[in-house]
Amino acid sequence: MSQMKNFTKGFLKENPVFVLLLGMCPTLGVTSSAINGMGMGLATTFVLVMANLVVSLVKSGIPDKVRIPSFIVIIATFVTIVQLLMQAYLPSLYESLGLFIPLIVVNCIVLGRAEAFASKNTVWSSILDGLGMGLGFTFALILLGSVREFLGSGKIFGLVIYPENYGSLIFVLAPGAFIALGYLIAIINKLKKA
Amino acid sequence: MAKRESNFINMLLTLFAVTFIASASLGLVNEMTRDAIKNANIKAQQKAIAAVLPKFDKLGKSFKIPPKGETDSLELFPALDANGNVVGTAVKTYTNKGFSGHFELMVGFTPDGTISGYQVLQHQETPGLGSKMGEWFRNKDKPKQDIIGKNPGKVNFTVSKDGGDIDAITAATISSRAFLDAVRRAYNTWKNETDATSGSTPQKDDQTKGGNS
Repeated sequence: MSQMKNFTKGFLKENPVFVLLLGMCPTLGVTSSAINGMGMGLATTFVLVMANLVVSLVKSGIPDKVRIPSFIVIIATFVTIVQLLMQAYLPSLYESLGLFIPLIVVNCIVLGRAEAFASKNTVWSSILDGLGMGLGFTFALILLGSVREFLGSGKIFGLVIYPENYGSLIFVLAPGAFIALGYLIAIINKLKKA
Repeated sequence: MAKRESNFINMLLTLFAVTFIASASLGLVNEMTRDAIKNANIKAQQKAIAAVLPKFDKLGKSFKIPPKGETDSLELFPALDANGNVVGTAVKTYTNKGFSGHFELMVGFTPDGTISGYQVLQHQETPGLGSKMGEWFRNKDKPKQDIIGKNPGKVNFTVSKDGGDIDAITAATISSRAFLDAVRRAYNTWKNETDATSGSTPQKDDQTKGGNS
């Protein structure tokens, strides 16, 4: 597989949300607005890249039987670092994402990529894979967040498109997340076949 | 590449090394960010106090007192003018009845108990519904939902659905109830404290403690 493919496959062909269906919990939880989706996506991207980098560096030193606990510790460390840095230097973003940051630890995408890709590939491929997957995840969260924000409250990234009263509240709430995600997956599948 | 064998010693050493490096780097980052986080919290708190009170010259010593029959303390910040008279008190209050549980407010009272302002400190209420509480209760065009300038001792601070005098946020009655619950808790604590000032001395506490939640 060429290096370019490692990077681009995360966007459409193996998009973690729309195709691999990984990490549904944070996906459905944070996407009530586009900006939340973007913050979560970028934080996850950072963790993915760092975790992939470290895992691919140490992969031959870690015995198979303890690889999962080792990976989890590595991932959890980076998540906590992100959390501390965000709390210190970006308090307003931390305010809106605070609850979801610890969820990155249990996000299957991060462990999934460490296990399925970084533990078998070179450092450079792993970084590209993490970056591609992370940006693909971010793209998916922004898309889903925009759709929900638009249908629910008539805004995208806080910009008013139409008056809020005409919005349908259900899209801001949990059921709307499932409905919007379902339709988006259907559309993406259709596009992929075409 | 040669994988290391999964024998006992290898596994033990690997896990030890991984956790050791992880905890060392976490300790380092924590050390680096501790002051910044503390400053960010204090700054946010100062900003909230300034936003909810009328103009003041300096802040008096803050103190913590538990509301009646409860254990979690509220923090009170008296604000003084140049002559040392109290011009208002900001109360950091909370409720556990929100749609997503706990949230925190800063509420400002003038010395006669009128609300001079409020600010939502942190919450997880539903975006687009309960999250509107930051603006909803200060809408000057809708006196039925505006709480600024009202005195919880004189006005019934419950939602109109429950027979009170305040209109709840459309489609977010639970968040509204919780919001008013937090305001009432602030008011009652402040009131008890003000009434009792002549007698007991308030228990002092330094400002940096417990600001972190």
